[in-house]
Amino acid sequence: MNRKLIPLNQVPTGFYGKVKKLIAEGQARRRLLDLGLINDTVVEVLRKSPAGDPTAYQIRGAVIALRAEEAAKLFVEIIHD
Amino acid sequence: MGLTLQSTGASILKEMFAVQTDSQADLIVALAGNPNTGKSTVFNSLTGLKQHTGNWPGKTVTNAQGKYTYDGDKYILIDLPGTYSLLANSVEEQIARDFICFGQPHVTVVVADATCLERNLNLVLQIMEITDKVILCVNLMDEARKKGIHVNLNKLSTLLGIPVVGTAARTGEGLLELKETIKSVAKGQIQTRPRHIEYDRLLQEAVEQIEPRVHALLGDKINSRWVALRLLDSDQALFEVMDHFFNFVLSADEALAENLAKAQLFLKKNHIDLNELRDRIVASLIKTAEKISKQVVIVENKNYNYFDRTLDGILTSRFFGIPIMIALLGVVFWLTIKGANYPSALLATIFFHVERYLTFFLHWLGAPALVHEILIHGVYRTLAWVVSVMLPPMAIFFPLFTLLEDLGYLPRVAFNLDHYFKKACAHGKQALTMCMGFGCNAAGVIACRIIDSPRERLLAILTNNFVPCNGRFPTLIALAGIFLVGSAGIFSSLAATIAVLSTIILGILLTFLTSRLLSSTILKGLPSSFTLELPPYRKPQIGKIIIRSIFDRTLFVLGRAVAIAAPAGLIIWVMANFSVQGQSLLAHCAQFLHPFAQLMGLDGYILMAFILGLPANEIVIPILIMGYMAESSMLELDSLLELKQLFLDHGWTWVTAVCMMLFTLNHWPCGTTLWTIRKETQSFKWTLLSFIIPTVTGIIICFLVAQGARILGLV
Repeated sequence: MNRKLIPLNQVPTGFYGKVKKLIAEGQARRRLLDLGLINDTVVEVLRKSPAGDPTAYQIRGAVIALRAEEAAKLFVEIIHD
Repeated sequence: MGLTLQSTGASILKEMFAVQTDSQADLIVALAGNPNTGKSTVFNSLTGLKQHTGNWPGKTVTNAQGKYTYDGDKYILIDLPGTYSLLANSVEEQIARDFICFGQPHVTVVVADATCLERNLNLVLQIMEITDKVILCVNLMDEARKKGIHVNLNKLSTLLGIPVVGTAARTGEGLLELKETIKSVAKGQIQTRPRHIEYDRLLQEAVEQIEPRVHALLGDKINSRWVALRLLDSDQALFEVMDHFFNFVLSADEALAENLAKAQLFLKKNHIDLNELRDRIVASLIKTAEKISKQVVIVENKNYNYFDRTLDGILTSRFFGIPIMIALLGVVFWLTIKGANYPSALLATIFFHVERYLTFFLHWLGAPALVHEILIHGVYRTLAWVVSVMLPPMAIFFPLFTLLEDLGYLPRVAFNLDHYFKKACAHGKQALTMCMGFGCNAAGVIACRIIDSPRERLLAILTNNFVPCNGRFPTLIALAGIFLVGSAGIFSSLAATIAVLSTIILGILLTFLTSRLLSSTILKGLPSSFTLELPPYRKPQIGKIIIRSIFDRTLFVLGRAVAIAAPAGLIIWVMANFSVQGQSLLAHCAQFLHPFAQLMGLDGYILMAFILGLPANEIVIPILIMGYMAESSMLELDSLLELKQLFLDHGWTWVTAVCMMLFTLNHWPCGTTLWTIRKETQSFKWTLLSFIIPTVTGIIICFLVAQGARILGLV
């Protein structure tokens, strides 16, 4: 089954996404990996900040805010449950 | 061998980390952990030192060290910067890693958050790869219990192969056990057997091709498996440090270079490039953490973070997030202004009475009139002013601010404001350094170390002065109180609050504007990547907050102000009372500055007070008062009303008050801050710029306001 991958910053609030691809390079890539954003990690989109960016995500038990630029480098598969 | 190893360790400690050991027998304990796990609280509870703690990531920006004695042995505790990992190569991560690798601590204690164990295990596993002597301290057990999260510590210990101690550092729970465990590990009474991360087969094979040679070269100085992995990872920074500390160039060894090339070729054949290699290393760590966490953590209530989410929903809400932030700031200022009035007046009265007794006493001693004048009207009155005007607002402001900090509100501020910082091409964490600036700009400048990108760090340093520090608050509050408060009652303090609040908001806007301007001129660049953790809210400990903020902050800042105010009072008294050609030195200077000052809506005395106030902003108003009083007849300053009269006598209008408030917000940083900026940036140019930017801004704004008011006929 080949599901559609969309960048994390386009996942609406309240939805869950499963990380499938990370296109960041170098330092930024490491930082995202260190947050635990390896393949198949489930991320919950919690809320957007008042100006609409950054967005807070629930990642492996921690709440992490990412700017749209960073989140756009993570491609996820939306989980419908 | 043992001896040389020890001496290398000790000299490295001294050279790089400035660790002071009293004797060779001292046991060195490194404290590592993710940011915001209560690491500083553990540190404080163990050592009794009062290091400032707060509920936001990145609090420990310098190495703090403390001592404690347990069971007859002396332990030196090194608080390493909080990091999530040792792989990503930020400055803090490097410091932490280098210390664990080369500082040769007898024990490394990793502090983890019980409510978020999985995330914390990543660092634990990485440290276990470097050193065997690791203890895991699972802190915040009380919070975890409250949230219905159970951690099976025994099982965790078995799975990791290292001792695990559960603590709640704030209440002291488990600390004795921690000390006992540290002792046992340090003295080798407990043998730790850290579990090794299982990397996938290809990586293991590659490592095996290098490890034996590494071990032959370095022996047991450092974990050779870990070094082999770093070699494959081409971690250049690490090898430079390693060459330095081991006095041995690893890359110069031919046999090793050959093995490494072979291993790299092997990986290449299997389609593993550097990115892929790193991904696999991290993935192994994360998966191991996940696996372990699943076995030891039981979450009773799946909705354990319901409260946090609800509160976040309000505090960072799209429509109310920013208004709530401003309102909270307003409430803090209102309470400060309103609450400080009464104790300020009381203190002033007390000081006035004491002054009378001091005068009697000096007369009784038969002190010459000159000595009396200098001591009482010079030194004593300046001190009295600084204490009575500064102490009450600080004693109210700091605890309130610490309350918000303790609760975990500051990261939410950063979250709310990040978008605007991004637009200014600055870093979102600049909001945190700004918050620190409210206390003290020098502290704010040091806090800028939490920003990795050098460009964004400089932006944060250069603009920190736009946040009025505690030395400038009293001036703002006093001026707002005197000139904007017509009648008594609730509205007056409300008006004063709004005035102070507007000044702060102006300062924040100027921060954005200046950052933007700098980003498009001399500090060109795009915003770097940004990740911010929003830690769980924590119930503040009111009692501790009051004690901590009064003793650690209020008395510290006050002490500094007093230490500067006393000699400054003396010098200024001399300047105000020694005459040249029938005029005091102070008057000469003031006259010289007057034409220029007038353009800015100020007068010569005010501008001179700012200039003489360079050592500390706290003394600006006392200098001004002394300058004015030297001219006019003597006046007992025991209330703000009389102060108002004194100002009115010298031609003040509300525009003067507004301009002085604006100039208080925007002028050169104080001496301490400038010195700190010089130290942090290692550059005279940036220090100079940090002086010029706010000064020029202040001059322009004051000029516009003063001339605008004049042209519009408002005065």
